[in-house]
Amino acid sequence: MITKVRNHLSQNEALLFERSSPGKKAFQLPALDVPPVDAAEALGAGNVRAAIEGFPEVSEVEAIRHFTRLSTWNYAIDHGMYPLGSCTMKYNPRINELVARIDGLAWAHPYQPESLAQGSMEVMARVEAALAEITGMDAVTLQPAAGAHGELTGILLIRALLEKRGNPRKKILIPDSAHGTNPATAAIAGYMVQNIKSSDTGVLDVSALAQLVDQDVAALMVTNPNTLGVFEHNIIQAAEILHKKGAMLYMDGANMNALVGIARPGDFGVDVMHLNLHKTFSTPHGGGGPGAGPVAVKKPLEPFLPAPRLKHSARKWTWDYKRKHSIGRVKAFYGNFGVLVRALAYILAHGGEGLRNATVDAVLNAVYIRKQLEPYFDLPYSSPNMHEVVFSDHRQAALGVHTGDIAKRLIDYGFHPYTVSFPLIVHGALMIEPTETEGKLELDQFIEAMISIAKEVETDPHTVKNAPYGTRTSRVDEVTAARKPVLRWKPA
Amino acid sequence: MYPENFRYTKEHEWVLVVGDTGTVGITDHAQQELGDIVYVDLPKPGARIEQGKSLGSVESVKAVSDVYAPVSGEVLEINPALADAPETLNSDPHGAAWLVKIRLSTPDELASLMSAADYQAYVGAEK
Repeated sequence: MITKVRNHLSQNEALLFERSSPGKKAFQLPALDVPPVDAAEALGAGNVRAAIEGFPEVSEVEAIRHFTRLSTWNYAIDHGMYPLGSCTMKYNPRINELVARIDGLAWAHPYQPESLAQGSMEVMARVEAALAEITGMDAVTLQPAAGAHGELTGILLIRALLEKRGNPRKKILIPDSAHGTNPATAAIAGYMVQNIKSSDTGVLDVSALAQLVDQDVAALMVTNPNTLGVFEHNIIQAAEILHKKGAMLYMDGANMNALVGIARPGDFGVDVMHLNLHKTFSTPHGGGGPGAGPVAVKKPLEPFLPAPRLKHSARKWTWDYKRKHSIGRVKAFYGNFGVLVRALAYILAHGGEGLRNATVDAVLNAVYIRKQLEPYFDLPYSSPNMHEVVFSDHRQAALGVHTGDIAKRLIDYGFHPYTVSFPLIVHGALMIEPTETEGKLELDQFIEAMISIAKEVETDPHTVKNAPYGTRTSRVDEVTAARKPVLRWKPA
Repeated sequence: MYPENFRYTKEHEWVLVVGDTGTVGITDHAQQELGDIVYVDLPKPGARIEQGKSLGSVESVKAVSDVYAPVSGEVLEINPALADAPETLNSDPHGAAWLVKIRLSTPDELASLMSAADYQAYVGAEK
């Protein structure tokens, strides 16, 4: 039974271009109270146009209604649970927004002289220090704009260090459970990628690792906990194997929401890692604002960090550009500053104890979902999970219903779908990450929805296979869209 | 189902060898698992490829998957029809939708591949 109110309004909505009628305006200007200037005379006739072909002309209320209606077709964490595994779709506290809008921070300009930017520089220094403490690493760069950008920065740091030692090496090892960005990063940084098969319990196979690590291996890229939500309990041993052969351990911090305040990557042998502030540290995802993918390193890699670096001397902050081993800038200015402010607000609002509680709750929520749904969905790996849980559609597939169908049906129950078909080592994966945001009420409603769908699959699979029904559009023809993409609208 | 005269890999590619030329494709099992294929990325003729290494990729609505070379050698020819009609890989994976033709450099490698019966058993066990 669908217990949640759905948010989709199935109103028809034409494009603004199609609503346009000539002469309509969304503004009204007062009479000119300065002498008029002829634009053609001032700018040159060739630079002036009287009309823009096809430009939509609508009234203010039409424009407002258009975008408001479109927004009702969307789903957001502010509507309800967003269990998209691997993405840590946690609530973005409003206090973050309040702090980011403080005039001195919101209006700070990157070209402001250092003497007038001491506050903003102090904010960045505090973010660096907090992230170093949380990860147990020695130094942090805030420049990378998102996770994959952080990965690339991290691997370039490893390359720079190995080059300085005389040999950049050739290969990067990556477990088969990894995010797709890991092999992409290694390839872009000029390394060959070698896959390592996960063990039967869904973790890194250290004996396979020991066989593969040689003088050609630059690093292992590992996500911990991995994409099954399972802690890589052999991580210290893996680090030793790598370090013995002069290779490095890179950690993808995508799943750091399972570790903050409990375990520090710096303490279990990680040399370089990135963090996703838009995951673990509650800054908005995607359209809500840019991401941030700070990179944390151990001491030997510090000289290679992107320039400029913050420096504190004579009681003030300065930018140090004279970094001869630096890999150079990876982004204009100093990173996505507004995002850094929000992350610091989150860290300070929680404090150490609060961050630890968030981690414990995130893990508790995922384990609760696992226990409640285990009787209904196949669990391919029985190792204890942390902040997320991965089921497979094995039982439902026997009745012709796949993970994608269940996900679409979940939309009708008022939830955003979980992550489908990832990680690749689970056939027909359902990857669920509740985060600490959800209380028991919302979790129970989600669990009831999933159980209800599992029962529908047995009694009425047809209903599930054709879902969703409550959305503006149901299934789209993904195949034709990919084979024959229509990339822009043209008037009929 | 699986032609007797082909040899198969664990990664679900097939190769048909005539003389010193091997024609390579993906198996029916592979296309079923991938679902509707929307794009095929192939190497250029003349490229040297190595057994077990990626020679290109196929993209379906679900995922992009590497295609691994069943044998080493030089790419002689690629299937030009796939650029405009990737769906052929779904309808005729063992025939019209061959991917590349390779001049074998190490014919001994064939011994490491599976027969049709072995492959049939392998995909049966995988499911």
